[in-house]
Amino acid sequence: MIDKALIGGRKYYGLIAVLLGVIGVGVLCYLWQFFYGLGITGLSRDVSWGLYIAQFTFLVGVAASAVMVVLPYYLHDYKAFGKITVLGEFLAIASVAMCMLFIFVDMGQPLRVLNVLLHPTPNSVMFWDFMVLTGYLLLNLVIGWISLDCERKGVAPPKWIKPFIYLSIPWAVSIHTVTAFLYAGLPGRHLWLTAILAARFIASAFASGPSLLIILCLIVRKTTRFDPGKEAIQTLAKIVTYAMSLNVFFLGLEFFTAFYSQIPGHMHPLVYLYAGLEGHGALIPWMWTSTALAAIALILLVNPGTRKNENILAFAVVAVFFSTWIDKGMGLVVGGFIPNPLEHVVEYTPTLPEVMITLGVWAIGFLILTVLFKIAVTVKEEAAS
Amino acid sequence: MYDGGKIVAGLVLFLALVTSPIWYNVVTGKAEYKPEPKIVTQEKECVAPKAWMTAMHMTLLNDWRDSVVREGNREYVAANGKAYNMSLQNTCMQCHPNKAEFCDRCHNYASVKPYCWDCHVEPKEKK
Amino acid sequence: MGVNRRDFLKITGLGTLVGVGGKAAADLVFKGQVEAQEARPNEGALVGKRWAMVVDTKKCIEKIHKDGCKDCSIACHTVHNVPDFGNPKDEIKWIWQDTFEHICPNQHHPFTSESLEGAPFLALCNHCDNPPCVRVCPTGATFQRDDGIVLMDFHRCIGCRFCMAGCPYGSRSFNWRDPRPFVQNAREDFPTRMRGVVEKCNFCAERLAEGKPPACVEACKVKALIFGDLEDPHSEVREVLHEHYSLRRKPELGTMPQIYYIV
Repeated sequence: MIDKALIGGRKYYGLIAVLLGVIGVGVLCYLWQFFYGLGITGLSRDVSWGLYIAQFTFLVGVAASAVMVVLPYYLHDYKAFGKITVLGEFLAIASVAMCMLFIFVDMGQPLRVLNVLLHPTPNSVMFWDFMVLTGYLLLNLVIGWISLDCERKGVAPPKWIKPFIYLSIPWAVSIHTVTAFLYAGLPGRHLWLTAILAARFIASAFASGPSLLIILCLIVRKTTRFDPGKEAIQTLAKIVTYAMSLNVFFLGLEFFTAFYSQIPGHMHPLVYLYAGLEGHGALIPWMWTSTALAAIALILLVNPGTRKNENILAFAVVAVFFSTWIDKGMGLVVGGFIPNPLEHVVEYTPTLPEVMITLGVWAIGFLILTVLFKIAVTVKEEAAS
Repeated sequence: MYDGGKIVAGLVLFLALVTSPIWYNVVTGKAEYKPEPKIVTQEKECVAPKAWMTAMHMTLLNDWRDSVVREGNREYVAANGKAYNMSLQNTCMQCHPNKAEFCDRCHNYASVKPYCWDCHVEPKEKK
Repeated sequence: MGVNRRDFLKITGLGTLVGVGGKAAADLVFKGQVEAQEARPNEGALVGKRWAMVVDTKKCIEKIHKDGCKDCSIACHTVHNVPDFGNPKDEIKWIWQDTFEHICPNQHHPFTSESLEGAPFLALCNHCDNPPCVRVCPTGATFQRDDGIVLMDFHRCIGCRFCMAGCPYGSRSFNWRDPRPFVQNAREDFPTRMRGVVEKCNFCAERLAEGKPPACVEACKVKALIFGDLEDPHSEVREVLHEHYSLRRKPELGTMPQIYYIV
């Protein structure tokens, strides 16, 4: 089926060329980082994770959200999702690939990364995160590829694939739970030390992932002869609505616990993020942008009149995507480090090469996504004709 | 086979290119060259026989590292009954302070770049 | 919590089985030539069951106020080839000074005694009895010895910095760039580090093996740093802790720090 990715129109090749260009710049910057060290980033001993790990955390959510199309289709026999399950799975593949790359570019000694397998440490959540992410990538590769190949041949998927599909459902939940446990189990990092973190991660995942999938479906419909279907998009929109409401609710719970209890350690990171602490507040505009986008998106999504209008819906889901990207990316990761364990406020700003490497990884993800979607859509176009 | 001639010719050319270093050495006789690490120590014997050390010194160093760093056992009783302090800098390099002539000579020949010296401080060579 | 050494070795042993094949083959070839080797602790090494340090902050503060003393930091950073980058972003530190309200944020209040308010306190790795850094390390590069010392195997560290997020005391530093050019007159009896690994205080494991106390303890002219074995009821650390009221940093986190501050 790979041949389908090699034949395309001018726009397709144009997109690929642009992505390759961005990847090229990213690779060059990465080579610089590889030989100089992570010192080319804005990170310090006080804020030791930043932009890379923020993208990783956010993208695990996007990857996990494939389950939101797989589950209704396979467990509830919801036919409208039949056409787009493979799109969800391919989105998961691209997202997990980006997650792994973001972990990789964040390593101080990338060539030693296999020490994680050579010296397995079941007591480390990072070890488990490696395991579940790799497993999830393999599951989606096998399931997505086999199902699409069967669709191309016009036959029913083989029976042996079913257990893998069922397994992928709890597995999707596990990747985001384990990722939340990376943070939620650390003593002394008050923003992260909260039992609701995994639940919050999953809620925001099921909001941001399906949002991206809606945007992708709309693009696919506009640029190809394959129509994912109005019903499928509207159902995804409802999923986004519920998930985003829960996400905002869970975030509210954090505020209540911190500010009603009045425990300084719990309030400090939130104060830093939204109002600034000791004169430092680099993330304030970002956090309030996130808040505003969330509010606007919820108004547009909860109201059936606006949700059913696909133009307004498109705007709303873009808002959800960026709102969660800020909140669960830089907000969550950097906020956890400020103030530092000695209660000093040391801020972090990504550097230009760091941003270029980040864009490069995103471009690799979108390249994988573009190629996979091209294959899927071409197969579907041919099957329909 | 379409274009059989071209394919075979290409394969032959490829094989010739890949194996060219071997032919080059056969013709020029350079393959006879063996790097000889220069030993400057007054000591009569190493912690293990020379042949074993030549082949296995990295294994020994890895074992020493794990023993010292992870188990806190810093003394090595060799087969000859003598005890040595397991330390690259404080034992190995005391007898072999000439890194360039002892270590690098073979490593360069074999084109291996062990990262020992990224951290371990090499003795300042006397010129 | 965590994994003791025996379990750790079992786990890593399994993991390295694959790599052992090559060694087994070589051992066959060189059979008999390297038998009878054995690894053992040095003679005369300081051996303890639970190493700990007590900081007599009265003596320490007095000395710092008198002459801006930094003897312990200088001694430590010199013997361990700790680089000096001259900027806070790349900074690496094993033992350093901060003020009381930053070292013990929960013990501070608006009417703290004048002798403590803004007073310099020492910070270093707490060598916790229940260390979160060891718990989170995905490769076992950070581990706890039987004598309580939390150590790092720089060869194994992949630079993921999970331990830095896990440490509630900010005791860990990362080599954001190659440290070697920033080590002045690198000592030949101790390694430096390479870029991309985490480092921290090692309680002078290499000096204890030679029967010497930690460098900071030796360097302190007013004997404000007391080092010893808490499991030994007659040790000096036990005696001073018995006689004085002492603090530990963030005890509520359950990490059980082994650096005690007499106030």
